[in-house]
Amino acid sequence: MSSLSDNRERHYPTVWDKPPFISNSLLRWGIILGAIIYLVAAIASMEINPQRLMEGIPRGQRFIASFFPPNFADNRGVVWDGILESIWMAIISTVAGIALSVPIGLGAARNLAPFWVYITCRSIIAGSRTFPEIILAIFAVKLFGFGPFAGFIALSLGTIGFFAKLLAEDIENSSESQAEAVKATGANWFQWINYAIQPQVMPRMIGLSVYRLDINFRESAVVGIVGGGGIGATLNTAFSRYEFDTAAAILLIIILIVMVLEYASSYLRKWVQ
Amino acid sequence: MGAVMVVINSGNDIEWRRRTTKKQIGIWLGWLVGISIVLFAWSVISEKTVWFFVQDAPRQAADIGSRMIPPKWSYITELLVPVWDTINIATLGTIIAMTIAVPVAFCAARNTTPHNSVRAIALFIIVSSRSVNSLIWALMLVFILGPGVLAGTIAIGLRSIGFCAKLLYESIEEIDESQVEAVKATGASNIQQMTYGILPQVLPTIAGVGIYRWDINIRESTILGLVGAGGIGLQLNGSINTLAWTQVSTILLVILVTVFISEWVSAKVRGAII
Repeated sequence: MSSLSDNRERHYPTVWDKPPFISNSLLRWGIILGAIIYLVAAIASMEINPQRLMEGIPRGQRFIASFFPPNFADNRGVVWDGILESIWMAIISTVAGIALSVPIGLGAARNLAPFWVYITCRSIIAGSRTFPEIILAIFAVKLFGFGPFAGFIALSLGTIGFFAKLLAEDIENSSESQAEAVKATGANWFQWINYAIQPQVMPRMIGLSVYRLDINFRESAVVGIVGGGGIGATLNTAFSRYEFDTAAAILLIIILIVMVLEYASSYLRKWVQ
Repeated sequence: MGAVMVVINSGNDIEWRRRTTKKQIGIWLGWLVGISIVLFAWSVISEKTVWFFVQDAPRQAADIGSRMIPPKWSYITELLVPVWDTINIATLGTIIAMTIAVPVAFCAARNTTPHNSVRAIALFIIVSSRSVNSLIWALMLVFILGPGVLAGTIAIGLRSIGFCAKLLYESIEEIDESQVEAVKATGASNIQQMTYGILPQVLPTIAGVGIYRWDINIRESTILGLVGAGGIGLQLNGSINTLAWTQVSTILLVILVTVFISEWVSAKVRGAII
């Protein structure tokens, strides 16, 4: 016993070290080793071709140089048309998406819906969340033909996965006592939803719908690549025609609009709360 | 806002209302403008729609649906490498993004930025990275680097910087300043304040954001193949173009399973860290 305590005294550290993040050293080194093995394997499978990369450097320089100066001239008026189409597409798909999301979100809240409704609505949400808007857009284009209608369908379906999920979570987190108080007045189901649940989730939902509008606008810039209309179609055309200066102008306009939307949404959210 | 009720005295009667007349009119006007915008947007979109195709859609959907069943299970063996590539694109892309996002976030946060002009640059990096979709980044990088997994990885990385840095700098701005002050009072240098005062407070957020973004990136990297940037999207695009619908349904199922697994992993790891 005494030798042990002696030992401990002798080895008492005089310099402080940060305690390790994972205290079990076997697990710690195991994770580090595993991570290193994975990284090596992953990077090895990237097929990085140094020769191709070296070729890419001057090509990249020329590519970037051809972006400048951005060409806002927009001779055929296509950029302006594309931007407007994207904006309208974003607005209407947000509205339609939210209109579809509200019943699904109500159904996906565990405290409102019976089990089979809950499962159905949750699977709709999961399906919509899994597939990126682009994949939805590919199928929408197959079904509805080229043009903004396909993009509108894809973005609306994408909105469901986002909005209904957050709505359902917000409803599940809402205060029970208010809901009970309204129920005690003899309110029917719709009154109950409208006066007990709606006021609790409304401020956050307004903020989220502006945020979703912002996302839908950004996504509308890519659904065009697969034929879903909007500024993405214009951007894709500009790339395929090697009009990189026009492409640069389009990208700058997208960035600008997203910035404006972001400021507007943060302002609106502050105003609502 | 609507918390204070309005009392209107009209002669002998006292009337209680929820809002003033002015506010009521304002709300109605807001609805009017909103609905007109939506109707106008709808008219623009519907003008550009060939309604014949839309009417034809249910038949098309039934047709494609019937061609997709049953999925071609034997095709799965050819999908293993693309799935591995997809996961690598997401993981390495997230690592690249986090390596860049952490310093950018420290430059963008009001309380840690070295200078206001640096902050403006950092904010611009964040916005431009967020505004440009990963597919567009990939489109450009395929031009520069040639088609392949590398272009996809860098595209995912560039796209994720803004997202991660934005969430991080918001959480850096919300830290408890008193801890930093306590560290400063011991005579710590700026870097020591950073590592012992600020970093421990945001470390859970850094890990959480990284894993959250990884989960999103798995989903995003499934489509990068459409523009030639590697991953399972390459097979998806090829199968759709050759109308091999049984392969398409197999790929979609594989994507579904991959995304579910990644979501489960991300939820578990986040639960363990936070």
